[in-house]
Amino acid sequence: MSDQLSWQIDPVLDVQNLTLAFGGLVAIDDLCFQSARREITAIIGPNGAGKTTVFNCLTGFYKPDRGVIALRHDDGNQYHLERMAEFRINNRASVARTFQNIRLFTGMSVLENLLVAQHQKLMKASGMTIGALLGLGGYRSREKQAIELAMHWLETTDLHYRADDLAGDLPYGDQRRLEIARAMCTQPLLLCLDEPAAGLNPKESNMLSQLLLNIKSQEKIAILLIEHDMSVVMEISDHIVVIDYGRKISDGTPMQIRNDPKVIAAYLGVDETREAVK
Amino acid sequence: MTKNALTDALISSAIALALSVFMIGFRTTDAPGGLVLTYKIPLVISIVAVVFLGRLFLNLFWWRRPSSTKTKNRYFDILQVRWASGGISLHGITLLLAFALPLLLFVLNAKMNLGLPLRYWFDIATLVLTYIMLGWGLNIVVGMAGLLDLGYVAFYAIGAYSYALLAQHFGLSFWVCLPLAGLLAAVWGVALGFPVLRLRGDYLAIVTLAFGEIIRIVLLNWYQFTGGPDGLSGIPRPSFFGLPFKRYGDNTFHIFMGLEYSTLHRILFLYYLILILALLTYFVTNKMRRLPIGRAWEALREDEIACRSLGINTVNTKLTAFATGAMFGGLAGSFFATRQGFISPESFTFIESAIILAIVVLGGLGSQLGVVIASVVMIGGFELLRNMSWLKLLFGEDFDPSLYRMLLFGLAMVAIMVWKPRGFISSREPTILLKEKTQ
Repeated sequence: MSDQLSWQIDPVLDVQNLTLAFGGLVAIDDLCFQSARREITAIIGPNGAGKTTVFNCLTGFYKPDRGVIALRHDDGNQYHLERMAEFRINNRASVARTFQNIRLFTGMSVLENLLVAQHQKLMKASGMTIGALLGLGGYRSREKQAIELAMHWLETTDLHYRADDLAGDLPYGDQRRLEIARAMCTQPLLLCLDEPAAGLNPKESNMLSQLLLNIKSQEKIAILLIEHDMSVVMEISDHIVVIDYGRKISDGTPMQIRNDPKVIAAYLGVDETREAVK
Repeated sequence: MTKNALTDALISSAIALALSVFMIGFRTTDAPGGLVLTYKIPLVISIVAVVFLGRLFLNLFWWRRPSSTKTKNRYFDILQVRWASGGISLHGITLLLAFALPLLLFVLNAKMNLGLPLRYWFDIATLVLTYIMLGWGLNIVVGMAGLLDLGYVAFYAIGAYSYALLAQHFGLSFWVCLPLAGLLAAVWGVALGFPVLRLRGDYLAIVTLAFGEIIRIVLLNWYQFTGGPDGLSGIPRPSFFGLPFKRYGDNTFHIFMGLEYSTLHRILFLYYLILILALLTYFVTNKMRRLPIGRAWEALREDEIACRSLGINTVNTKLTAFATGAMFGGLAGSFFATRQGFISPESFTFIESAIILAIVVLGGLGSQLGVVIASVVMIGGFELLRNMSWLKLLFGEDFDPSLYRMLLFGLAMVAIMVWKPRGFISSREPTILLKEKTQ
């Protein structure tokens, strides 16, 4: 096939036949899609289409009824996310996420938020606490490295001058970016962003687009994005998956999606007279 | 402004007068010819005067204060700023005071001829320190990890009974039993932690409350093992590195040191013992706070779901919080057992858990210094209320202040919570500051 697309050639994330029902309500119905490294994959769809549910399956907060979620690492290891506990999905399989309603540690400082994200690494460095309590090992130097990584991401997200402030005191737009910085501090292979532009003004969402493009070009990771702001989606994504009522109705490049009649029907509704004629 | 304050104070005192005339002013007493009314005018007058002056004071100085202090950042706190600017010195002063307290009391007593009951003062100081240690232990669970634990006294009991039973049945010394008791309490902390992993807030509080009661009831009913309501007596006293504190004997502390025998030696030794145990709690907790585990505890309090999305094993994190908190409770428990020489389930009732929790909450959740202040205020204040005979000058000879102890205590707690709703020290010190690094 000559027109094979990048995400089909070398997918990092491969979702096959994902199905999840809450009682009688089928939230996700036989969903298949792929996502490639160094690409932004947007999942769009009307409200209640099941986008966040897909994210919750990917990050282990829900267990799907059926289907396979495979994540391929560079070293050839393949992780089946549907079988893993949520904290292992982050620290073994390297999947990080943000939340639709921001979930920062509001009572802790910005820097502390980013250090909590490096918990696994630092915990080992501290000799599971006991070592560091007894003054063994090089915990200090490891902590310094962790702070450097945190500062790198704070500079990328333009928050470095607020490192010692409480996360809850930041303005809304900064909190959104801090959540992304915190997710990036876990050094993920797949970054799942749940409506990162929600509630942002045009200037802030422009900044966000730049940030995501920046991450895409600098890091070797795949970004998965749920977003309602079509200007952001069309501007930055390389690949769009459209879901409605838990089913995939379209999958392709932004240009293909823009012209897909099924997508237009889902978003704008169908003219009833033409429907009847068909 | 002053006029308004005056009218307000007058109205308040009129209400106080109307109420107190009938409720307090008259009393019926048995007299030979039947019931006789006695009048207690001075008491009524003093009550009205207190209300008037108090209301006037509140109007003039308290409620008129600039409102800016209230609208400031909720993490901002006058006390805290003062503390942060001279953090080390205040810590140092507190520590120095704790170490020098016995000496200070001795000197004061000798120089100024106060005739203080030294033993009583040392006992109170020891009691306050015990509660400080318990408060610091519970602070890990409630203040840092945000897991509301109403049954903390169970670990205190486990520590006490562990020491008592190990010492009596196996003849182990205090210094061997101490870590064992801590370990056992930690194991029980994990045992409690497992079933309540999924619970939070009110539900967790109920289950921990039940756990505390279960431990107490088991201790009460397992007669063969724990002595039931009779308790365990004759618990070995601690020795000073093998030198017992006895009047008679070959190798006792006072002979070795070449001192006159005094019962105060043991009391002082116990004081320094609990001081060192409390300091151990303080330093370990403070260090842990700055380690990943401590940050994970605090993150868990802030948002559990975010924690899980960041790869934190919340099960282990909660269990370590329970175990660490329980361990310090257990250490304090064995100290309690060796100090009292006798323990029974009576000492481990729910009210103890409530007092420890009140210390943590009054001090300000998560604040180490707050626990110290709250312990001194609560335990010390509680004792202070036993010596309130000066109130008789105000309210007349037949006023018994000790009857009002609980009432005053409750009032004080309400007042503190109104004055400082988030505890004495409501701000949180960051575990790491970037500015330090770049300085």
